[in-house]
Amino acid sequence: MSQVIKIHPMEDFKERSRGVLNDPGQRKNFRGAMDFLMAKRRAQFPDPEELQGLRDLGSAIRRYSLAHLPRLLEQLEAKLTANGVRVHWAQTPDEANAIALGIAQRVKAKRIIKGKSMVSEEVGFNHAMEAAGIEAFESDMGEYIVQLAGETPSHIIMPAIHKTKQEIAKLFADEIAGVAYTEDVDALIRIGRKVLRHKFADADIGLSGVNFCVAETGTLCLVENEGNGRMCTTVPRVHIAITGIEKVVEKLEHVPPLYSLLSRSATGQAVTTYFNLISGPRQPGEKDGPEEVHLILLDNGRTQAYADEELRETLKCIRCGACMNHCPVYARIGGHAYGTTYPGPIGAIISPHMLGLDATYPLAFASTLCGACVEVCPVKIPITDILVRLRNEAQARPDSMEATLRGSGAARTTAGTAVWSVWAQVYSRLGLYKLASWFMSRGRALSPTEQGAWTRSRTPLIPAPKRLRDLLKDRKP
Amino acid sequence: MSARDSILARLRATSIAETLPLPDVKTWFDAHRRNEDTDQRVTRLRAALQAVKTEVHDVSATDWIEALLRIAASKGLRNLLIGTGTAHGAALQARQPEHLKLLPYADAIDSWRDVLFDDIDASLTLARSAIAEIGSLILWPNASEPRLMSLVPSVHFVLLDVATIHSDFHSAITTEGWKDGLPTNALLICGPSKTADIQQTLAYGAHGPRELVVLLRHAEGAAA
Ligand code: SF4
Repeated sequence: MSQVIKIHPMEDFKERSRGVLNDPGQRKNFRGAMDFLMAKRRAQFPDPEELQGLRDLGSAIRRYSLAHLPRLLEQLEAKLTANGVRVHWAQTPDEANAIALGIAQRVKAKRIIKGKSMVSEEVGFNHAMEAAGIEAFESDMGEYIVQLAGETPSHIIMPAIHKTKQEIAKLFADEIAGVAYTEDVDALIRIGRKVLRHKFADADIGLSGVNFCVAETGTLCLVENEGNGRMCTTVPRVHIAITGIEKVVEKLEHVPPLYSLLSRSATGQAVTTYFNLISGPRQPGEKDGPEEVHLILLDNGRTQAYADEELRETLKCIRCGACMNHCPVYARIGGHAYGTTYPGPIGAIISPHMLGLDATYPLAFASTLCGACVEVCPVKIPITDILVRLRNEAQARPDSMEATLRGSGAARTTAGTAVWSVWAQVYSRLGLYKLASWFMSRGRALSPTEQGAWTRSRTPLIPAPKRLRDLLKDRKP
Repeated sequence: MSARDSILARLRATSIAETLPLPDVKTWFDAHRRNEDTDQRVTRLRAALQAVKTEVHDVSATDWIEALLRIAASKGLRNLLIGTGTAHGAALQARQPEHLKLLPYADAIDSWRDVLFDDIDASLTLARSAIAEIGSLILWPNASEPRLMSLVPSVHFVLLDVATIHSDFHSAITTEGWKDGLPTNALLICGPSKTADIQQTLAYGAHGPRELVVLLRHAEGAAA
């Protein structure tokens, strides 16, 4: 089973966006949440020099790690194996789910408790398990709320950011037996805690994501606040971690700068409540911890991004979510409109590798190219350059040198190609340009008043009565 | 070809021209490290922990047990999970407290999981060290003080010797030589479990302990 939601074609994306734009409640939720997260991040970086230095360092660590990725993955595998962790490789979501299912069936698992893991969303893990008769239960409060509502996360850090406490209060009262309506957030969290506590104790397998894998020690690092990640990786008999192949760093000392950038950029915290370093299963004499630890390393299009120097930068991402928090488009349309696991600017540049450019190219166009994402990205990914590149790829001739990705050329239309080629001709020949502009200014009265999407919220574009060159000529003494 | 070999082959097919040097993390941390003595580190650690709703109490090598019992009584705790074969656990047991039942973590969790989840009020663990800059306690669970002690009970007491406080995360990793021997699960903890998943409103006690109580143990004779 591949990713559950796909956007096909462009109209789906537009329709979803329109839905949110016409929903004042949703817009208010997102605006409020983004303002909150932006202010919190800003407060964490009072010294611009320190921020720039740390971003340079973070970027250098990620670039170095990617430059040595095959070697580091092998080192990681060898170290983890020596530590007693079983390492699996998956090229596709189906392969990843089949590996997890194989483990689950071998240990006769009935219930899986999940910590927060965007990669598990990416592969449609819950659906794959449910199809095989295994319950997969979310334990991150935000993910739990979203699962209870039958939805998907709308943000990579705060999955239920689109919901108000009133909506959650109603959801809990409707869906959890014996729960009365309350808008008291502490009470709501207590309810969630109570439901989930026993799920941890009853689960056969705990599933988690990974924030950083350390090659030199064979360690899986997990960053979290709630403790559900620790529960999932400690209480059940089996722990399965799933992550993209790009998450590896070489040395343990490479982790502190990335951890600092991640927690400060994501939620505006100097540090999270828990930083969990897992280097192996329960050892003889130890009284708790899982007896088996597995790591599934997933490709799912990452090798396609890796093959190109410019697109490889995408893989530096540490999934902090800052780019979406600062994106004027995301703040208005929210995460669900994107229709992909990863929304916002990072979603627009990573999803084409996972789902194909043909299924995702509208996302590259859903940007003002204002550069806010580039400015805040803690590892300095040139997101806007990559967006422009993807736009070009989407319109490239499928068999040309410019078409390097799966689904390249999907946005190319005969009419569009013809218009642009005429445009290029006119703009590159002075005589032609003069003639065309003369006709346009003289024929301005013929300009249509309905100009598609442009005139839905703007006045029509009408050429000036005089061209710039005419105005200059008039001014000549 | 296996998935592993295919993935590695695809990665290897990309020849990366640039030879990047190993990032110099040490120099960056050296340049940004504050030159602080133990007292200054204690102050910073305390402020960072208190900012996330952690109780911090100054204790000494001789009075920490009485302090712990006083706090436990004020919270109405009935029992306390302690490790096995630790000096601080033994000292607490030797004190034979009247109103606080001490429960050693003696058996593998598999036989008493329900008891841990339902009947234990609090636990006590010893921190290996701490990090002043980010207000984090470093725990190194082992056979004596297993992982779940710091996670399942609602109240978690941590005993921390002030001499073990590092300036920053990097110096903790390097001075303690972590790369040469990590336990199966090492931990940094800053505050009680929390979440802001409901309308960005901070709530404590999401899944782990609702209360974190740090006993900052000063050496005898030092100003507490
Ligand atoms: S692209 Fe940059 S800002 Fe966006 S999630 Fe990744 S690391 Fe964070």
